[in-house]
Formats: sequence, C-alpha cells, structure tokens
Amino acid sequence: MNSKPRLLTFLDVVTVILLLVATYMVFFYAPQEAVMGDVQRVFYFHVAAGWVGMLGFIGAGVSGIIYLIKKDRKWDIVGLAAVEIGIVFILINIVTGSIWARPIWNTWWTWDPRLTTATVMLLIYLAYLMLRQGIEDPDRRARFGAVYAIIGSLSVPLTYFSARIFRTIHPIVIGSGDPSATGSFDMTTLMTRTFMFSLFTFTFIFITLFWHRIRLGQKADQVEQLRLKTME
Amino acid sequence: MLLSLLLQEGPADTTSYMIAGYAVIFGVMLLYLISLMVRQRNLQKDLEVLEEIQSDQE
Repeated sequence: MNSKPRLLTFLDVVTVILLLVATYMVFFYAPQEAVMGDVQRVFYFHVAAGWVGMLGFIGAGVSGIIYLIKKDRKWDIVGLAAVEIGIVFILINIVTGSIWARPIWNTWWTWDPRLTTATVMLLIYLAYLMLRQGIEDPDRRARFGAVYAIIGSLSVPLTYFSARIFRTIHPIVIGSGDPSATGSFDMTTLMTRTFMFSLFTFTFIFITLFWHRIRLGQKADQVEQLRLKTME
Repeated sequence: MLLSLLLQEGPADTTSYMIAGYAVIFGVMLLYLISLMVRQRNLQKDLEVLEEIQSDQE
C-alpha cells in the first residue's frame, strides 16, 4: 500500500496533461462570447466542477449502500474520499458561479432554487464531515456515514433538476431551461468541444484524486488501528 | 444588467471576473493537493512512531 502504483503515476501525468490542454482550449480555442465577454469562459470549469462534485456525492451514496450490505470498512474509506472530493468541487462550482453572476446578474448571490439547493447540498456534506468527527468507534462511524451518505445523495438529483423544475434565473445550457433565465447563450461548435473536453478532463481529475484520497484513508485507518492496538 | 450588456456594441469587459474565477479554480485545487500531501506525510510519521512503540512493547 505504501508504494505508489505505476498506474496511479500514469494517471497523475495524464491528468496534468489533460488539464493543461483543457485550460488552453478555454482561453485560446473557444471563442469569446458575444455579449458576456470573457467571464463566460468560467462556465467550462464551473459546470465540470459541479459534475465532479455530484459524482463524488453519488459515489458516496453508492459506497454507503455497499458498506451496509458487506459491512467492510474499506467502503467507508471510499465513501469519505468521495464526499471530501465532492465538497471541494461543489465549493469551486458555487464560488465560480457567484463570480460569473456579479457582472451578468448584477449581484454576487441570489436565493434562486439552483443556488439554494447547491448550497444546501454543500452544507449537508460539511455536516457529514463534522458529525463523523464526533464518533470514536470506527464501526459505528462507518454505519452512520453510510446511512447519512445514502440520504444525503438525494440532494444531488434535487440540485440537478431544481433548475429544470422550478422557475429560475439560472441558465440551462444543455436542454431547455426556463425562458426567464438570465445569462443563457448558444454554444458554437468550438464552445461545445471545449465544454465536452473540460467534462472529460474533470472526470479524470476526479478519478485521480479519488484514488489518492482512498490511499490516504487507508493509511489513516492503519494508523487508527495501530493506535487502538497500542492503547490496549 | 443583461439589457445593458445587450445594448452595448462589443462584448462586455468582464476579463477581471474571468481571472478571479480561474484563480479560485486553480487555487482551491492546489490547496486541496497540498492538504493531501501534508496529511499523507503526517500519517506516515504517525505510523512510524506507532510501529516503533509497538515493537518496544513486544
């Protein structure tokens, strides 16, 4: 477990290359949006970060189900890793959305259904991390984490569909959104390519970080087990 | 706000917001990477100390 797998090193390199290419595409390949100007370029990584965040939370829910079936603590480690990465990327998603909103909506923040559900989702998982800290018994903590992650994952479809179900000013670029949405735009072919490549790149970032975080969790578990053994 | 954006002739000058957005994206990702590395290093140290204590106990 201590020596880094070759495949992970390979993934590290591929991910960095993909991120460099995606960044190049965002700034130099995709054209400037005709009305919003350069701030529209935030959209590519903003959506991709949201995708990774949701992937993390759904992954945590799935890990929770597997843990409850198998009672194997490695699935708790996987779930915690997924939640942590989810939090990091949903935070990026919310903050970059706010930065985009300032010149387009003329406000940093509004309690729009999409923004509200995304914030609630982030708070749910921040609470998950805090509540876990308060449980010392590893098995109880894992059981609690599994149930919490399963229930918490309901916030993912709620957030995703909030902009499609409720009346919102949040633009929907893929599919049809509310006509009152402010800041919508039609993607050109170059924009679509950049967007798809960003999603692909962030999926790789997720896989790579996930693997690293699981390895960290395994080591933390090893330390915890050894500590308990030493204290006996 | 969007109306004023639509009425203007060229694209809006929003470059500073784009820079702020990407600073946040890369900044947060970098901070997370650093936190992973620091925690990995600290855990490795803890592991070594605990293994030493355990071998002393035996």
